Amino acid sequence: MTPPPSDAVAATVRGQLATGRSSRGLEIGFKLSLLVCLAIAIITLAVLLADVFADGVGSLSLNFLTETPSRIIPENSGIGPALAGTLWLMLVCAAFIIPVGVATAVYLEEYASRDLWINRFIEVNIQNLAAVPSIVFGILGLAFLVRGLFDLGSVLLAGGLTLGLLVLPVIIVAGREAIRAVPPSIREGSLALGATKWQTIWKQVLPAALPGIATGVILSLSRAIGETAPLILVGAATFLTFVPSGPGDAITALPIVIFDWVSDPRPEYKALAAAAIIVLMVILLAMNSFAIWLRNRYEKKW
Amino acid sequence: MADAERTRAERAVPGISLEETVHETHAGGPRSSLKREPVFELEGVSVAYDGNPAITDVSMEIYRNHITALIGPSGCGKSTLIRCFNRMNDLIPSARVDGRVIYHGQDIYADEIDPVEVRKRIGMVFQKPNPFPKSVYDNIAFGPRVLGMKGEMDAIVERALRGAALWDEVKDRLDSNAFGMSGGQQQRLCIARCLAVEPDVILMDEPCSALDPISTGKIEDLMMELKERYSIVIVTHNMQQAARVSDLTAFLIVKLDADEKHRQGRLVEYDETEKIFTNPSDSRTEDYVTGKVG
Repeated sequence: MTPPPSDAVAATVRGQLATGRSSRGLEIGFKLSLLVCLAIAIITLAVLLADVFADGVGSLSLNFLTETPSRIIPENSGIGPALAGTLWLMLVCAAFIIPVGVATAVYLEEYASRDLWINRFIEVNIQNLAAVPSIVFGILGLAFLVRGLFDLGSVLLAGGLTLGLLVLPVIIVAGREAIRAVPPSIREGSLALGATKWQTIWKQVLPAALPGIATGVILSLSRAIGETAPLILVGAATFLTFVPSGPGDAITALPIVIFDWVSDPRPEYKALAAAAIIVLMVILLAMNSFAIWLRNRYEKKW
Repeated sequence: MADAERTRAERAVPGISLEETVHETHAGGPRSSLKREPVFELEGVSVAYDGNPAITDVSMEIYRNHITALIGPSGCGKSTLIRCFNRMNDLIPSARVDGRVIYHGQDIYADEIDPVEVRKRIGMVFQKPNPFPKSVYDNIAFGPRVLGMKGEMDAIVERALRGAALWDEVKDRLDSNAFGMSGGQQQRLCIARCLAVEPDVILMDEPCSALDPISTGKIEDLMMELKERYSIVIVTHNMQQAARVSDLTAFLIVKLDADEKHRQGRLVEYDETEKIFTNPSDSRTEDYVTGKVG
């Protein structure tokens, strides 16, 4: 039976293993500074939201959501056309970016050979597109969609497509990530059974990548929803007295109306602007929360 | 020795070691009296990745309703070789396959041959079980559906699962996710998935190396049943497994080529399993199976 270590030995070992006071201080200091940074971000956001909320909550009502705006009587002003316009724009935008974006992502991931210089060129430039300022897309939309080649006029379709072009790089990147996350073993298993490449993509890869793609779509849309500059250039109205109902209708959107009301010197319109901001934020938060929920729910552990 | 015009006697038929000259008769035990019908004939098959040779000049025959094992040390090209049988090497852009792989008289690497059609007849089970992220039922039904197979899907699925000795274990949870199964069950699911498209040949690339001994035993029993109806080629690191289940064994090695720059896989000996493991013709085979090297 070996004798237990002596007290002296135990004390030495304890001295070596115990955390030094200075390193513990450093640990705490580091953690504190991280918390301070977090606090700055959160508190700023909270203060902004609280301010907007305080200003705007009084003007929120069902009427507000459905009424057309009025330049004369603020009490009767509403965001009906703007809200409908925003939702319509999202619909057109989604109808465009989902097929085009997913198809591009599939091509780049599954078919494009990295050896060809043109594929590398395309890849690099998609990243660049994401960095282009949104107003440039507005000019693009004005030149080719509203006038020029397509000559659609300042309508919903033009606005939706312009926003779609703006956020297309986001969904292409998200789509590629989602497709890349599908393990090659799934593709091999499918091909080894005698499925063609297209059958493998359509029936195995895309269904498996769907949650990632859906998250990308929602994040793209939540970026598009807040864009004002391109819509102004494309000719979205700041003051619309009817609710848009089709792709050929004139269009307006929440960010534009907010911009218009904030510029109005009368204090009642500032309150209306704040109320409109609340509506926009609620939509944004709902979309982002849904995207996060989707991602968590379908996160696959391969 | 990369001469494409080799006579039939020089091709590896079980009982002849490649390193012996043509005129020497095979040494060793009596040839089996069973009539063997070739399913595959490989002639001078070589595979290179980006110019680096992986296997060189392999010639052999695979026989119907036999289990053929490919054994050898790591890096000798066993997986590369087995992937030649169903053109899975096509999926690797840097891979180049030379030589002929003749399946029932037709070179499957000929220009007019569609690899998709090849893979419908020659199935593959991989080292790591790779069930699809779908239900058990949909995993099995996927193959028949995309191939447009006629018939009652429920019956096809049941037949495939019975064929893989998995039916009793999953019949009550056909709609559950395949990932919820154990590793051994997943691998049998992959075998069932392969059986559902009614292949002619089943290739198995180290099917048990990721599994525990009990699951391995079940799959080995399954292989013995399956060889009644299918021809099986198995790559294995486990020599005991090769000795247990296979009828014929091919031993490959890694050889430095003449200018000492590249390592190439080569076929050394191909014979009946019993002979390979008890009285091999080549000393390198003997060293490997007795555990002296590799």
